[in-house]
Amino acid sequence: MTADEVLLNEIERNAFGYFRETVNPTNGLVPDTSREGSPCSIAVVGFALTSYVVAVDRGWMKRDEAVALILATLRFFRDSDQNGGSDATGYKGFYYHFLDMHSGLRAWRSELSIIDTTLLIAGVLIVRDYFDANSASEVELREIADELYRRVDWHWSQNEGTTIALGWKPESGFMHYGWEGYSEGTALYVLAAGSPTHPITRDAYEGWTVSYQWENLYGNDFLYAGPLFIYQFSQAWLDMRGIRDPFMRDKRSDYFENARRAVLVQREYARRNPRGFVGYGENCWGLTACDGPDNNAAGEARGHSFFGYAARGVPYGPDDGTIAGWAPLASLPFAPEAVIAATRTMYQRYPEMRPGGRYASSFNPGLLGADGKCWVSAGHYGLDQGIVLMMIENYRSGLIWRLTRNCNYVVDGLRSIGFRDGWLSRDQGQQDEGDDKR
Amino acid sequence: MHYVRPPDWHNPSPASLYDLVVLGAGTAGLFAAKMAAARGKKVAIVERHLLGGTCLNIGCLPSKTIIRTSRAYGDMRDGAQFGAEVPHDVTVDFPAAMRRVRRIRARVSQFDSVRGLEAAGIDTFFGDGRFVGSDALTVNGATLRFTRAVIATGAHPSTPTIPGLAEAGYITNENAFELTEAPRRLLVIGGGPLGCEMAQAFCRLGVETTIVQNWPLFLPREERDAAQLLSDAFARDGIRIRLDTNVESVRIDGGETLVDLVHDDYRNTIAVDAILTGVGRTPNVGDLDLEAAGVAYDDSHGVHVDDFLCTANSRIFAAGDVCLERKFNATAEASARIAVANALFDEHRRLSALIIPWCTYTDPEIAHVGMYVREAREQGISVKTFTIPLHEVDRAIADGEEGGFVKIHVRERTDEIIGATIVATHAGEMISEITLAMVAGVGLRTLANVIHPYPTQAEAIRQAAEAYELSQASSPALE
Repeated sequence: MTADEVLLNEIERNAFGYFRETVNPTNGLVPDTSREGSPCSIAVVGFALTSYVVAVDRGWMKRDEAVALILATLRFFRDSDQNGGSDATGYKGFYYHFLDMHSGLRAWRSELSIIDTTLLIAGVLIVRDYFDANSASEVELREIADELYRRVDWHWSQNEGTTIALGWKPESGFMHYGWEGYSEGTALYVLAAGSPTHPITRDAYEGWTVSYQWENLYGNDFLYAGPLFIYQFSQAWLDMRGIRDPFMRDKRSDYFENARRAVLVQREYARRNPRGFVGYGENCWGLTACDGPDNNAAGEARGHSFFGYAARGVPYGPDDGTIAGWAPLASLPFAPEAVIAATRTMYQRYPEMRPGGRYASSFNPGLLGADGKCWVSAGHYGLDQGIVLMMIENYRSGLIWRLTRNCNYVVDGLRSIGFRDGWLSRDQGQQDEGDDKR
Repeated sequence: MHYVRPPDWHNPSPASLYDLVVLGAGTAGLFAAKMAAARGKKVAIVERHLLGGTCLNIGCLPSKTIIRTSRAYGDMRDGAQFGAEVPHDVTVDFPAAMRRVRRIRARVSQFDSVRGLEAAGIDTFFGDGRFVGSDALTVNGATLRFTRAVIATGAHPSTPTIPGLAEAGYITNENAFELTEAPRRLLVIGGGPLGCEMAQAFCRLGVETTIVQNWPLFLPREERDAAQLLSDAFARDGIRIRLDTNVESVRIDGGETLVDLVHDDYRNTIAVDAILTGVGRTPNVGDLDLEAAGVAYDDSHGVHVDDFLCTANSRIFAAGDVCLERKFNATAEASARIAVANALFDEHRRLSALIIPWCTYTDPEIAHVGMYVREAREQGISVKTFTIPLHEVDRAIADGEEGGFVKIHVRERTDEIIGATIVATHAGEMISEITLAMVAGVGLRTLANVIHPYPTQAEAIRQAAEAYELSQASSPALE
């Protein structure tokens, strides 16, 4: 392996370690963070399920061990309380954003989260499509996974409107606003449109994308969003290379290329560093949704505010000098040279950003402790580990993209909302695995 | 009062027939009357309260006056940012700020004085004007017959239907400028333009201010980024922001005003000393006897007009806030121009042909003209936006005013400007360059050749035009 391959392998395997170390094996639930008392995040479970596939494929986990753990997870969700009560687990096939790690019941009065359920179900479909043996356990795995997807009532989530709502609470009903502008919701619309049981209406995707803004910023034409995760989350599962919806056909681009340009904009923002933050530069960037220092943790006033956990973005912020060190790696397939250069530079300068060899949620080079090291977010976040693992794997082997390219629900969903061209032009089953390998 | 409603005023004897009778002497009404009179028409104008209407007396002018004072205090607070020594013991003189509002209002009112109308040959009638037929109205017992009429009665602050609010008492822009003493704790209900402007101004005048908005962002019509920048500015000012929150009820307990708030299913209560509502404006269509004139209307949208601003009665037109969705001073004036031209001079001007700029006068200001991207895309127009963050503009850096942008929207693969949003300290001044370009049909490419004085923040517009030119030279398309 080259030095880069060694580095990527180490980071990916360490990321997988988060799921293996924190999962509750009896129900498959995985905590949102490694911090004491953290509840489960259902999105993190979706990443965990995907990580087991990668781990089996790379020989980090035995197949039967993975199948047992996945079955425990799927059975939990299948059998969970779906009555929509204030302390249930879900409703209409969706799940509350945060669940108690042990009981699996709603935690923190959280919302029934449409997007987090999407990320969970994306992981469910990945395991359905990877574990293809005829053993009783893998047959059961596929059956439950299929059942979980098919029972999600995506149509209900439109709340009799055009677009999909953000969430719902038993106490107050649907959140009264929806998705506005480009966001991480592409996978949501794809899965919702591909459902054979409860699909969204045909006008839903167009109703959402009508709010897209195609901007020229720092010399780059791209579908604009501030934080990096927006470009990453859906594409962790979906291979968007060369396929286009009506919006991208009009712009003569695609979402993969768009994500590459977003990297260039992030890098350019950091190079220009308009707010003069310590450390920012061509190879030190990564503004996205992450933890960060708050005004209390930052101690003395530093001349500006700190935002704690926030969706940081460019060019308008919020930006308080906090960088998610893992965020470039989550864009690895889009712009590998820029990402690897940034990854190496940041780790060389700020090795404390990877406590225990695993990325912390963020670090702030402008806030130094008594030991001379910069502020680092405590513990680890499951979403960060999951997106890093998946994007490194997509870069290295294309495994996850290959699985979703052959997922009938994904293909149906993409076609239903107007995607064409590229690999969608080929018949299913004709994918060349060699296309994905680096 | 001497200028806008003299105490000793006596209405004149009406003429036997007016070419035009204007009902309402605010911005739209005054403009309509003066325009018609200047072109030789016999004109009467009827006003229930004061000449000048909302803008002069309780709207744009007093609010901008107090905003200027609040900016002065904001600059003193931020002095260190400019390398200046922050004055010690800065204390806000609220009564002085309000005296300045009233002084400036009195000065500007001279421009709309009753004597000025008299000199223009316009008959001015104070009192309640009510239609008595399709071609006549009465005011204080006098009957005014007309060939044409323009209804320009404006709008008044909408009142949110919140249990206990009326009993607890509240202020609106109609009486906020009469305050002589600052409340210690103020709740502003509504995150539209008025609510945002007043919240920031009062906060900078030392009032502990909370703003409640029932939507996840302020200014829901505006660009998402603009609204976000405004939220950031509010947070820096120290305003307590409650987004996506509703006021459930107001109550008095132990002599204290308590306001119950709800966000999703989370409830809490805050104590305040005053409540200011800024939740929009309702057209003034009451007590006009519009039915007698055959003019269609409803309470929320006001007088119904067609694209030529003609009502259901072909003799009667309308202009300004009483009939327009976008209730701005400049739009009121522009609509009055259309109404008079169509009513008296047989022209066929269309409201839909107007290119309308507007501005919210917060710090930074948020100005817009033309279409938003969503509006354009809903009409099937493909849009490309050229964005210049103000941290790319030398003058903005020098001014310490980098928190903003210029976004210019063009029709994709052309340089036709279809809209723009500017967030900048003086965005309201800057937007006019783009408005002019749109009205004149000047494309973005041409603006690249317009020399702007260096350094100015308006250079951002030229920079956007240069970005357009560069993108034409190196359009990176996947094929």
